[in-house]
Amino acid sequence: MTSRSKEKIAFAILTLTTILVTMPVILIVATIVKQGIGAINIEFLTTFPRNGMREGGIYPAIFGTLCLVAGAVVFAVPLGVGAAIYLNEYAGENLLTRLIRLAIINLAGVPSVVYGLFGMGLFVIFLNFGASILAGSLTLAVMNLPVIITASKEALSAVPQPFREVSLSLGASRWQTVRHIVLPNAVPGILTGIILEVSRAAGETAPILFTVAAFYLPGLPSSVFNQVMALPMHLFAISTQIPNISLETRYGTALVLLGLVFLVNSFAIVMRAILRRRRKW
Amino acid sequence: MVDERRTHTDYKFVIRDLTLFYGEKRILNSLDLSVRRNEILGIIGPANSGKSTFLRTLNRMIDLTPLVRAEGEALLDGVNVLGNVDVHFLRRRVGIVFALPLPLPLSIFDNVAYGPRRHRSVQRGELPDLVERSLQAAFLWDEVKDRLHEPAMNLSGGQQQRLCIARTLAVQPEVILFDEPCSGLDPISTARVEDAMRVLKEQYTLILVTNLVAQASRVSDRTAFFLSGDLVEVDETEQMFRKPSDQRTDDYIAGRFG
Repeated sequence: MTSRSKEKIAFAILTLTTILVTMPVILIVATIVKQGIGAINIEFLTTFPRNGMREGGIYPAIFGTLCLVAGAVVFAVPLGVGAAIYLNEYAGENLLTRLIRLAIINLAGVPSVVYGLFGMGLFVIFLNFGASILAGSLTLAVMNLPVIITASKEALSAVPQPFREVSLSLGASRWQTVRHIVLPNAVPGILTGIILEVSRAAGETAPILFTVAAFYLPGLPSSVFNQVMALPMHLFAISTQIPNISLETRYGTALVLLGLVFLVNSFAIVMRAILRRRRKW
Repeated sequence: MVDERRTHTDYKFVIRDLTLFYGEKRILNSLDLSVRRNEILGIIGPANSGKSTFLRTLNRMIDLTPLVRAEGEALLDGVNVLGNVDVHFLRRRVGIVFALPLPLPLSIFDNVAYGPRRHRSVQRGELPDLVERSLQAAFLWDEVKDRLHEPAMNLSGGQQQRLCIARTLAVQPEVILFDEPCSGLDPISTARVEDAMRVLKEQYTLILVTNLVAQASRVSDRTAFFLSGDLVEVDETEQMFRKPSDQRTDDYIAGRFG
């Protein structure tokens, strides 16, 4: 066989694998859109559920999920980026930092239900926050930390070392170097980590199950110490706990969750694209 | 080789018994060398003769390289920079221009203003003036004055290196270290950088490490020859290139090795 035809076969196989991995995503999205689009209207998005959640809208669940995602980002991003800066720019290479790195990587693989139990133990019971937006956000934040730290650290270490040397050689301090050279150039990469984790925070059910999510609430929360409804929990509830709910409502709820994640992510993706275009190296 | 008629105030840097280690390996042996004020001291020698590490010792850039250790003294106006000094302040007094042009990923203006902004060494209103003066001293102003806010990475290699010189000048140092500043440049760009150096010595003390023997003969007032961690000799450039006192120097200059 000539190298030309080998190349063709290899190319065909690679194309096929790409199609194979893309197919499920397309099928899932297509199914959800097809089955759920009929349920989407203003009333569905802006009103409370009625009649034992069989009718009406899902507004409180949308509101709750937005609160939880915002809360998780507020806690996880400064903490995670801060830890990444410390690990990448300040901490030396020794046994302790190697252990910390190993721990962070392992934490990323811990099942989300374990985070849920941890959050219940620490935030809900020990710190006595109760089942609340605060406890739920913190639990999601803890779950998000490993990926945000890892992605941020990658982004920081991708900033070429000579830039740091130049900055220091001009008499800048280490912190000035981080603040003015390293961090601005690492933001796009850091955003990638945040994008991934926003989707996870919005979509995971287990971490919020014990820490914040309510089955049904007649009103919106008045403080961060209240419970909220949340989309993934609501979807779980109407899909398994309540009989006689139209398929359209269930798929509609899934579609809203999907759309919400997509919306938040596209904001971050656009921001990242703008920042990347500005970067010149 | 220290000229006895000169007093210590004639010297900007006095290096005494400086030994550099990389791990357990000695890369510079008990070096004694003095640098006069407002001279260009050229340092030549084959690769791995310790000349770049020597240069980076003078403003403590070696602190960034693990395993490198310095013993001895390097007195800047009588103060040992290897002792307990504020390295950030030291680097403001002793600037460095690296071998490869390394603009920061910022605009031309922001590159030059980087140092002064960090040190708040000038009022905000005086910054444009300082940037202009620095770019002029580096012979770059005329080429970039209309596009100061374009990314510095858009400049050519030679322009980038002159930008790096301007950026170092803007910090208003006393000594400027050049670490093979023309190794990536074409002859015309090299000539421009050399022109800049000749003017700069009026105001600054310059130490030039170079791989180009001819460059040392063109611009430096005195030349030192390093060979595998030893200072073989240092002399007036003219004398050194006419009749070196050591056979090894003669061989290196004539291109018989290295």
